[in-house]
Amino acid sequence: MTSGTLAPPCEARIMDSSAETLTRQDFVSGQTVRWCPGCGDYAILAQIQNTLPTLGIPREKIVVISGIGCSSRFPYYMNTYGFHTIHGRAAAIATGVQLAREDLHVWVITGDGDALSIGGNHFIHTIRRNVNLRFILFNNAIYGLTKGQYSPTSPKGTKTKSTPRGSIENPLHPISLALGTEATFVARTLAADPKHLATVLQKAARHKGTAFVEVLQNCLIFNDGCFDFLEDKTRRAETALYCEDGKPLLFGGTERKGIGLNGFSPKVVAGNDPGVLVHDETNEDPGYAWFLSRLRHPEFPVPLGVFRSISRPVFDEQVRSDVARARAENKLTWDEYLLRRGTWKV
Amino acid sequence: MTISTIEKDAVTIRFAGDSGDGMQLTGSRFSSSSAIFGNDIATFPDYPAEIRAPSGTVAGVSGFQIQLADHDIYTPGDHADCLVAMNPAALKKCLPELLPNALVILNEDAFTPGNIEKAGFASNPLDDGLLGEYRIVLVKITSLTCSATGSLLPRKQAERCKNLFALGLTLWIFGRDTGSTREWIRSKFSKNAAVAEANLAALEAGYSYGETTDLADARYRVAPATVRPGTYAQVSGNEGIALGLVAAAQSARCPLFYGSYPITPATDILHELASLSAFDVTTFQAEDEIAAMCSTIGAAFAGSIAVTGTSGPGLCLKSEAINLAVMTELPMVIVNVQRGGPSTGLPTKTEQSDLLQALYGRNGESPLVILAPQSPSDCYAIAYEAVRIALRIMGPVIVLSDGYIGNGAEPWRIPEPDSMPPIVVRYATDPDTFQPYARDPETYARPWAIPGTPGLEHRIGGLEKQDGSGHVSYDPANHHRMMELRAEKVRRLDAFIPPQDVYGEKEGRLLILGWGGTFGAIRTAAERLRAEGISVSHAHLRYLNPFPSNLRRILSRFEHVLVPEINLGQMASVIRSTYLKEVQQLNQVRGVPLKVAEICARARQILNQGVRS
Repeated sequence: MTSGTLAPPCEARIMDSSAETLTRQDFVSGQTVRWCPGCGDYAILAQIQNTLPTLGIPREKIVVISGIGCSSRFPYYMNTYGFHTIHGRAAAIATGVQLAREDLHVWVITGDGDALSIGGNHFIHTIRRNVNLRFILFNNAIYGLTKGQYSPTSPKGTKTKSTPRGSIENPLHPISLALGTEATFVARTLAADPKHLATVLQKAARHKGTAFVEVLQNCLIFNDGCFDFLEDKTRRAETALYCEDGKPLLFGGTERKGIGLNGFSPKVVAGNDPGVLVHDETNEDPGYAWFLSRLRHPEFPVPLGVFRSISRPVFDEQVRSDVARARAENKLTWDEYLLRRGTWKV
Repeated sequence: MTISTIEKDAVTIRFAGDSGDGMQLTGSRFSSSSAIFGNDIATFPDYPAEIRAPSGTVAGVSGFQIQLADHDIYTPGDHADCLVAMNPAALKKCLPELLPNALVILNEDAFTPGNIEKAGFASNPLDDGLLGEYRIVLVKITSLTCSATGSLLPRKQAERCKNLFALGLTLWIFGRDTGSTREWIRSKFSKNAAVAEANLAALEAGYSYGETTDLADARYRVAPATVRPGTYAQVSGNEGIALGLVAAAQSARCPLFYGSYPITPATDILHELASLSAFDVTTFQAEDEIAAMCSTIGAAFAGSIAVTGTSGPGLCLKSEAINLAVMTELPMVIVNVQRGGPSTGLPTKTEQSDLLQALYGRNGESPLVILAPQSPSDCYAIAYEAVRIALRIMGPVIVLSDGYIGNGAEPWRIPEPDSMPPIVVRYATDPDTFQPYARDPETYARPWAIPGTPGLEHRIGGLEKQDGSGHVSYDPANHHRMMELRAEKVRRLDAFIPPQDVYGEKEGRLLILGWGGTFGAIRTAAERLRAEGISVSHAHLRYLNPFPSNLRRILSRFEHVLVPEINLGQMASVIRSTYLKEVQQLNQVRGVPLKVAEICARARQILNQGVRS
C-alpha cells in the first residue's frame, strides 16, 4: 500500500490549459436557452459570461452549480463544468466541491425559493462558514417553475394561486439575512441594469470567501412588475440608491438627496446636508451594512451595490491547510500507522 | 482459605453502573487486557440514549458485556458468568441476564435505602433472599477507592476513580495484569498528574484488594486462544469502517472526503476520521444530514473518494440526494449504522430494519449496491470493498452496519501490506472521445471526468440524461433505456463479487441464512447444533444487492431455510420475492443482538416439526 504523503492524482494529472485569451463566446454552451422571452435571467447569463473571461481563470477550472427553479437551468447554458442539482442544495454540494479542490472557481446559481425556503439552512451555514464561492441569488419574489406561488421574498399581500386572498407572511430580506450570518461580501444589483450588474459581478468574482449577490429581476409571466419601481429608468433616480465605496449616499434627480441618521434610524436629508453618510463597504462592524439593508421601498430608495466586503479566513482554505500540515508532519506510511494502534502479535 | 482457580473455555462478564460511572471505559480496558493476553473476545456496549439519565435509576444504567474465550468466538455471550454492578439499579437491570451461580460483585457503598428504592426493589436485595442462587461478593468500592487515592483529589473527584478500582479487582479475578491499563492511564492523563496518580492508585488498590482479602472463592482462568499468527488490534466496527475507508483511498492514491452530521451510533466514524488527516482525509461536519450527503456528492464530482455516514433517520433525510448520486452516477459510499426505528426509535440500540429502506426507499427506480459487514472486524474489509465497487461501477454504495457491530469490538488481524486488492482510479482525460454518459462495455460505468480537466467541460444533474451524450432528455424510449441501464449496472456486478460460501454441508435439511450483525449468534448456534450431531448449515450474506450469483443454487439445495433477523422479516421477504423460495423466520426486535439459544431453539423446532417449505 502507498504512503499517505503521495500527491493525489487530481493534483498530479490535471494540467491547466494553455493561457489562451478567452472571450464571452467561449463560455456559451451549445444548448438552446429556454427561459421565457424577456426574462431577466438572460441579462445575468450574459454578464456572467462577460465576467468570466476577465478573471484569467482557465475555463476547465470553473464550476457552476445550481439548485432547482428557473434560474437553476443556468449551468446548462454555460460551457464550463456544471451541476444542476436538487432543490435548495446547490450550496451544500458546492461546499463539497470547494473542500475537495482548491484549484476550482465555483459559482452557485439559485433563486429566492431555492436558497431561502427549501435551502434556507444551507444558505446561512455556507455564508457563516465563508466557503470560497460566489452565491448569486436571482430574486423575482415568486415561484416561477411551479407556475406562480408566493415565495419567501414576496411582499405581504401578494396574490398568487396559493394565496388568493394575499400572502399574510412577513417576507425575508436576503441582504439582512446574509449580514445576520456574518457574510464577508454582500451586494445587491438589478438584472435591468447590466452595467451595474457587471460591476458587482466583477467584485464578487474576485472576493475570497462567500460572495453573496442578490439580483433583483422581473418575472414577466407570474410576477410582472414586481420591481417596476426600480426597473423603470425614469423612476430609478428616486427609487435606487447607488452605493459606491468612499462616496456619500446620494440619490434623486435634479434635486439631490442623501441618507442621514435620525438616532439609530435612517432619514432622508438634503444632498448638501453635512449629515449625509459616506458609504464604507469595508467597515468591519456589520452594523452599518445592516442599517443600509433596512432601507426599503417606498419609504426609502433601495440600496444597490456592495454593502459589505471584508477579509476573513476562508473555511475551505483553513480545512485544507489543516490537512496539509498533518500530511507534512506525518512520517508514517498507512501500513506503519496500522501497526502502531495498540497492537499485539500472535 | 485457599482460592481455587476454575479453568473455563469461555466466560462472559458484564460491567454495569450509572451512565456516568465509566463502565464503558472499564469494559473496554478489560477487553484490551484480555485481547493482549491472547483470548478471543467479543464485546457489547449497551448504554442509554440519555448522557446522564437520573442517577440510580434503571433507565440510567450503562452496561458493557464481554465474552473472552480460549477459542474462536463470535458473540459477547447470551448470559453472564460474572457481573460487576456499581449500584442497585445496575443489579436490577442485569439480573435477568445472569447465569445461575454467577459471580456477582456489588459496590456495597451504593446499596443505600434511597438507591434501593430508586432501583425499584421492594426490599433490600442483599438480605431478602433474592440473590440466593448467585455467589455474592460485597465490596465497599466507593470508600475503598477514596482511601486509596488519599489526598490526591477532592472527594467528589476521587469517587469517580471507582471504575478503575472495579477494573483492578476484575483483572485480578481473571488473572490479568494491570500493565497495559497503567500505560493507558499514564498516556490518557499525561497532562494531569494528579488524576493519573489517583486512577493508578485506584486500579492497584482494586487489584491488591482481590489478592489480600478472601474476596472470592474462586478465580477464573481462560487460556489464550489459538489464533492465526499475525499482528492484531482491538477494533470496533465504527473504527474498522474508518480505517477501511482510509486504506481504500490510500490504495487509490486519492484524497478521502467524509461529510457527516453527528448521529448515534455512527458519530464515532467521524471522530476516527477527523484524527486521520495525516493520510489526506478531509472531514466536514455539515449543518444537517442533507448537507452531509450533498457535500459528499460535491466531493465525488470533484474527484475525491467521497463518503458519508449516518444512521436510519439520517438515511431518510439523505434519500433525495442519494437519488441525485444514482442519476449522476458518481462514486461514493453511504454508511448506515442502523439503530432502532422508526423515527427516533431506540438511538443507542441495535436493529436491522433499514434493509428495505436502503433497497427501495427513494423515488423512481433507484438501484444501488448494498453491502453489510458481519462483525466489527469485518468492517475494514467491507468499507474497502464498498469504495472499490463504487469506483468500479461509478455509483453510490450503501454499507449497512448496525449499532451492535459499530460499538462492539473484537480482535482484528491487521492485513499484511499489499494484501488488499489494489484500487485503481481512472479519470477521463481525452476530449476527442469523451461522452459524459458513454459506458464501459463490461461494467456499464460512465467516465469520471472531474472539473479541472481541459476540454471535458460538461453538465450533469438530476434530470434524465440522453444515453451517451448526457444531454437532458425527455425522450420516452431513452428514459426506459436509461432505467434499464442503471439497473443492469448493479445487477451485473454479481459476476464481480465473490460467490457466497456456506458453512457446513452444501445441501441438507436446514440452511440458516443471515446478514449483518447476526453473524456471531448464528454461527455459534450452527456450531452448537452441529456439535450435537444436527446437520445445520449457515450462509451469511455480505453482498445484499446484488446477491451473489450462486445464492439461488444454494437455496435450492436445502429443504428449509431459516432467516433470523432483528426486524420483522425484511430479508426473508426479499429472498421470497427474488427466488420464489419459502423461508422460515426468526424475528426479535428488542434493541439487542439475537441470542444463540433462540436460534438453536427455532432451528430445532423447524427440524422436529418438519415444517414444509
